[in-house]
Amino acid sequence: MENRIIDQQLDVLRDKLLLLGGTTEIAVHQAMQSLTERDSKLAKEVIKGDKIINKMELEIDRLSIEILALQQPAAHDLRFVISVAKITPMLERIADHAANIAEAALILNDEPQITEYVEFPLMAQVAGEMLQSALDAFTSEDANASRKVIKRDKEIDKSYERVFGKLMEIMIESPETTTSAAHLLFVAKHLERIGDYVKDICELNVYLTEAAFIKHSRKKKK
Amino acid sequence: MKSKISISHLDFYYGKNQALYDVSLEIPEREVMAFIGPSGCGKSTFLRTLNRMNDTIPIARVEGEILIDGKDIYAPKTDVVALRRKVGMVFQKSNPFPKSIFENIAYGIRINRMHSSKTDLEARVEKALKDSALWEEVKDRLSTSAFGLSGGQQQRLCIARALAVEPEVVLMDEPASALDPLATQKIEELVVELKKKYTIAIVTHNMQQAARVSDKTAFFMLGKLIEVNPTQIMFTSPEDKLTEDYITGRFG
Repeated sequence: MENRIIDQQLDVLRDKLLLLGGTTEIAVHQAMQSLTERDSKLAKEVIKGDKIINKMELEIDRLSIEILALQQPAAHDLRFVISVAKITPMLERIADHAANIAEAALILNDEPQITEYVEFPLMAQVAGEMLQSALDAFTSEDANASRKVIKRDKEIDKSYERVFGKLMEIMIESPETTTSAAHLLFVAKHLERIGDYVKDICELNVYLTEAAFIKHSRKKKK
Repeated sequence: MKSKISISHLDFYYGKNQALYDVSLEIPEREVMAFIGPSGCGKSTFLRTLNRMNDTIPIARVEGEILIDGKDIYAPKTDVVALRRKVGMVFQKSNPFPKSIFENIAYGIRINRMHSSKTDLEARVEKALKDSALWEEVKDRLSTSAFGLSGGQQQRLCIARALAVEPEVVLMDEPASALDPLATQKIEELVVELKKKYTIAIVTHNMQQAARVSDKTAFFMLGKLIEVNPTQIMFTSPEDKLTEDYITGRFG
């Protein structure tokens, strides 16, 4: 059968997920922009936009449940619906992190800038690229592309360590910067968490494509 | 898991038409194996080779080997009546005898001279009805006609009748396809319960039913066994593209 009823619904589900993904990507990008360019108006827009993302999440949840209940998908169809249902809250959480970064920006933009934000745009750029590549890999069901994205998470983790060390030094040298530095630490942590969620999304794409669970399966380094 | 039925290189012909091609399969003891596939794929034909029900068709011919407990059931010296007692069968349409509920069950016990006394006969009838989860519903009306039972009850009566002669394997050909959801659920619960004692092979067009009741699922197409795997693998990540296409409704 060429035109299965479920195909239309799966297409709608895919479109809605990609729309959520795209909106989340923009939120992360704008949140960082609001910080590095000290643009509080933009920060407020990001915070406001989070409500739309929450609505999108609920809509995808509703549709996923409806497909499971009414179409009783199996095999690849089942893995697709399950993957979408699991990726959706990850995207929503990434958007939450973006909103949190924007909230930090609102506070930081009213204070003197304590450090160059060099490492932050870099982290945000890597996180943004990873998210975009992860969504592309999901659309094309390219498990190898997902595996490549997973490897990039280490770049963010290393950046986070560098930022953490540098902010510590600043706080020790000039204790009056502590409040701002603490907010920046959270920003770095938000970016690091975004990298982790993107990694999880990629793992789900490998599950979708190859029916293989790779989460928690990597060998521990000595 | 110990293999109860071992099929190797089975070919089956209706006259010149080949219906099964080189089927090799192990059916484990005390498990439920479901057979799925599009209409005409040979799954019912295959089921019927397991207790030689196809012998009743004059033009039918079997090649290859089927061993049950290691014994070749197509060997010339095979006692076909004993085989069918050991390998019972339940059909799509319930087919009780035009007799009382009690007599439907007692019939097989009597002709096989399995009982030692009237009390023993009654005990065997009660046990079969209990094993088929029908006892509570019919214990006060055993002497009434089996035709007075609902469709689902009649089907469980047929299962009780099959169980009464103490089979080791129960073959079921679409046992719930004519039943409403509640009666279907009862049959499915019964199948799961019965595997504690029996090896069960079930043909079904209802994919969700196969998913719910079976331990392993075998997929047939055009007379060939395409894939057999644990049921959870078949329905989440089948190995063969044809299986995937069938269970996701791309054809069939």
